[in-house]
Amino acid sequence: MDAIVTSNLTKKYKDVTAVDKLNLSVHAGEVFSLLGVNGAGKTTTIKMLSCLTRPTGGDAMLNGKSIIREAQAIKSIIGVSPQETAVASNLTVKENLELMAGIYGFSQKKMKEKTSELIAQFDLQGIINKKAGKLSGGWQRRLSIAMALITEPKILFLDEPTLGLDVLVRSELWNIIRSLKGKTTIILTTHYLEEAELLSDRIAIMKNGKLLCVGTADEIKLQAGVDRFEDAFVKLVTKGIS
Amino acid sequence: MRMFMFFRRTTKEILRDPANMAFGLGFPLVILLLLSAIQAGIPVSLFEIEKLTPGISVFGLSFMTLFSATLISKDRSSSFLQRLYTTPLTASDYILGYTLPLLPIAIMQSIICYVVAFFLGLSVTTNVFYAILSVIPTAVFFIALGLLCGTVFNDKQVGGICGALLTNLAAWLSGTWFDLDLIGGLFKRIAYALPFVHAVTLQRAVLQGDFTNISPHILWVLGYAGLTVAVSIITFTQKMKIN
Repeated sequence: MDAIVTSNLTKKYKDVTAVDKLNLSVHAGEVFSLLGVNGAGKTTTIKMLSCLTRPTGGDAMLNGKSIIREAQAIKSIIGVSPQETAVASNLTVKENLELMAGIYGFSQKKMKEKTSELIAQFDLQGIINKKAGKLSGGWQRRLSIAMALITEPKILFLDEPTLGLDVLVRSELWNIIRSLKGKTTIILTTHYLEEAELLSDRIAIMKNGKLLCVGTADEIKLQAGVDRFEDAFVKLVTKGIS
Repeated sequence: MRMFMFFRRTTKEILRDPANMAFGLGFPLVILLLLSAIQAGIPVSLFEIEKLTPGISVFGLSFMTLFSATLISKDRSSSFLQRLYTTPLTASDYILGYTLPLLPIAIMQSIICYVVAFFLGLSVTTNVFYAILSVIPTAVFFIALGLLCGTVFNDKQVGGICGALLTNLAAWLSGTWFDLDLIGGLFKRIAYALPFVHAVTLQRAVLQGDFTNISPHILWVLGYAGLTVAVSIITFTQKMKIN
């Protein structure tokens, strides 16, 4: 079953076409990476799929619901961790998590359970009563991702989730993403190609708002005729598909 | 529930910011004490406590715009608002969640202002209760203006426009520091076309029990409050859609 299906999804800003008739499908429970150089249209695609920006053409269905006609219903099944850490700075770590749970209508009991679960999962015990604004960039990012997960989203958008994280934290986050496989559909954008190759079931490469290719890392390497995924990416983005 | 969670968040964000406490409460009280001290040392009636307290109360309310606008503009620039836009919160949840917490804070600020004024010689009468109630339309105006400014301006612009310009306008054009008749002309006409002097005159009239003279001042304040609420809601919801 497909969790996301886009059909001719398009976004134009005046004369610039940020996303151009994008057609792709993401299977339920898979980790799907969107790759591309800056300006390829990855973030605009995520913004449209998470109902932040209205498409100027086409549509997308998330769990069978249209991003144009049923945005409110979609918002209750998605979680988003934006590129910039988005936390309430004067609230504590615990209060930030409870805020997100409360916004999604969790009962007090479930809110407490989920907060404790995420605090343990993300190893936040030592800082639960610290104000989010006082945390380092790495901890803020960790909290930001935990906030996206606390609502048990069916579809999770992670926009550059490991940007600025040290090796250990990145590795921990990779483990968390792996543990979600099969349960949550994850759309990941990243500039770290090894991250995409390691974590993703399938990868899509975008260029100038268009879909260049989609497949497993091995399929993409085969398509490019090279052994290393990074070489495949560079070859496909610079020379296109022959 | 959703709106309540957001309401609680806004309240905590504002009350936990020490700068808000310093400027919103400390600054007006310092001016109240300072001007009262000046009054005690001069032979003419320039800053009588009965006239000064309503003026300081309105001046203090102008900081509600700064609090509200700063929070909203920071939420926008930090992507926190963008994150919230992907949640089930609706436009009314945002608008009420951002504005309602400021109303009790504004009323509490006026109460503190009047309590301090009691120690400076203001008579304790039932009219004080009505005077505090009469700040509500003025508070609504300033809070809605905060929603509007926070939606339109970035956090640096908010600091200049709401923190410096608006608080000064609210002070100089309110008739608190000096009688506007002393200057007259265009300055006075501009002052009376804005809500600040009407807000102060309204509160002074209520404090003196002169309820027959609250009109047309209350109409001016209500008009500005209604207009600002409408414009801020339209602007916020439009900006939300454009985002």
